[in-house]
Amino acid sequence: MATSKKSLQTLAQDRESLALVTARHPALEVFSMFIANRAALVAMVVLMAIILAAIIGPMVYKTDPFEMVWAPFTPPGTEGFILGTDYLGRDLLAGLLHGGRVSITIGLVAALMSVFIGISFGAFAGYYRGYVEEVLMRITEFFQVLPTLLFSMVIVALFGASLQMITIAIGLVSWTAVARITRGEFLRIRELEYVTASRSAGATDLKLIFQVILPNALPPIIVQAALMVGSAILFEAGLAFLGLSDPNVVSWGQIIGSNRLYILDASYTVTVPGLAIFITVLAISLIGDGLNDALNPKLRSR
Amino acid sequence: MSKPALLSVRNLSVRFPLKGRDEHGKRKTLLAVDNVSFDIPEGKTLGIVGESGSGKTTAALAVARLVEKEAGQIILDGHDFGALTGDELRIARQNVQIIFQDPYSSLNPRLRAEDIVREPLRHAGQTSRQEQDKIIDELFHAVGLRPEQKRLFPHQFSGGQRQRIGIARALAPRPSIVICDEPVSALDVAVQAQILNLLKSLQKQFNLTYLFISHDLGVIQHMCDEIAVMYMGQVVERANRNSFFKQQKHPYSNALLSAVPSIELHAEHIRRQDISGAPPDLTVPQTGCRFAGRCPLAQKACHLSVPVLLPENASHQAACHLLTD
Repeated sequence: MATSKKSLQTLAQDRESLALVTARHPALEVFSMFIANRAALVAMVVLMAIILAAIIGPMVYKTDPFEMVWAPFTPPGTEGFILGTDYLGRDLLAGLLHGGRVSITIGLVAALMSVFIGISFGAFAGYYRGYVEEVLMRITEFFQVLPTLLFSMVIVALFGASLQMITIAIGLVSWTAVARITRGEFLRIRELEYVTASRSAGATDLKLIFQVILPNALPPIIVQAALMVGSAILFEAGLAFLGLSDPNVVSWGQIIGSNRLYILDASYTVTVPGLAIFITVLAISLIGDGLNDALNPKLRSR
Repeated sequence: MSKPALLSVRNLSVRFPLKGRDEHGKRKTLLAVDNVSFDIPEGKTLGIVGESGSGKTTAALAVARLVEKEAGQIILDGHDFGALTGDELRIARQNVQIIFQDPYSSLNPRLRAEDIVREPLRHAGQTSRQEQDKIIDELFHAVGLRPEQKRLFPHQFSGGQRQRIGIARALAPRPSIVICDEPVSALDVAVQAQILNLLKSLQKQFNLTYLFISHDLGVIQHMCDEIAVMYMGQVVERANRNSFFKQQKHPYSNALLSAVPSIELHAEHIRRQDISGAPPDLTVPQTGCRFAGRCPLAQKACHLSVPVLLPENASHQAACHLLTD
């Protein structure tokens, strides 16, 4: 039965080739795994809604969050104020929408800044090793052992409580984790054979760092960056609560900080922005977890 | 001798720094490759055989200038490849390409198969996109991959197919010499034969010169014209294939060959020879033959001075004191 044997073989080959006709980009597989994670998907929708509200809200709801529009401590839902007014009679809904813009922007920009500094330090330390690594990692450790809140308070106190300075202060105290993760990944990946292959193919050091190793080192960095957006929002709220916020813009932390004395008489004034922070940070954390699972499929069964 | 060798390596040494210091406060080092010399004529295959840790891969990577050498000359195609630095070296590295052992870690998982093969062409920067595509098509055909597989990512291939991509990548920059670093030891036996035959037919087709590294003597016998046996960083025996497999001279080569399983019925006469003891510590300088501590025939002289490859300029040389007495 030589013929049937042969046809079986070709059948197997055909099946193999059929299974292989479509090229699936690795990022696409990560995406499909991410949307299969229900908690992360819900968190994504919630976060999108919050971001959308922060972008569109102030355009639609035009009340100035700094203007005293009504009697102080108007409870939510009365006199046409959905979320009521604070101790100076300012509209809390306007504050929430405007503050969302500021809080989320600070979170994103500070996280981006930490990722940028962290990747620069970690990549060069992990790629070049030796003295470069010694110097870069000692600097990283210096920033790591500084008390973060104190250090950022000093920066803000010294250079003024402007939006930019607060963002820079938060970015400056939170990049060390990214640097360490990046360095670790570089130490691992630089020894892999495809990096040696690229070097023997004539790649320059910079191409090896940024085109070969970095894309493969990104997954844990992406997860860390997502989580850092959340912690930057919390950090900003902490600074604002202590009074170190830009007086010209409203943020969630600032609303809580300025109304904290009335927490027993008008608890809604701090509850509402507090809930906003809580939900936003929780959503970001869940997305970070989802990304982590999607990017490290081997760890999923734990 | 006949025509000059395409690759000529003289007194190559590689030393790795280690953590910690010795009793004199000097930094500990490991002499991974010690005074290795060999020639490969154009179109031929030199096999380097040896156990794990014998320095065969390190020697090959040093020849490709991917590991820093401590001393030695590397003459490639009449040029002093060993002396190049900087951007000159970066581009010249394309002349020595490597086929790696592990097809799973040797392909960048983020690149499509065609872009993996394209990478050396891109770095050389002398070809247009269309020319590159044409070269890639030819190489895919030559290594037995279908054109529609060009767009796929490494994880969509089997081990044997991945190794074919690795071979195509190694051939893309038209290298003078291809280092095959245990190219089949991570593959199934059935696939091994396919890849070995592919390497042989490519050698004929493109007149390739191979430096073939393996610990599998069967593979070496199948693939190589010349054979060098390495032990603990040194070449202990060098010969052409026929001469080597007819009669090994060095006790280590003997032991190595006797370890190959045989299916012959009356195989008793090739008694397996156990090598007892442990290899020497290469972080300290060695005074005698490196195999002396484990050699069943070792004598006093073996511990006192390092043997050299003899007889000089012969086609079959071995580094053993017992042969010169």
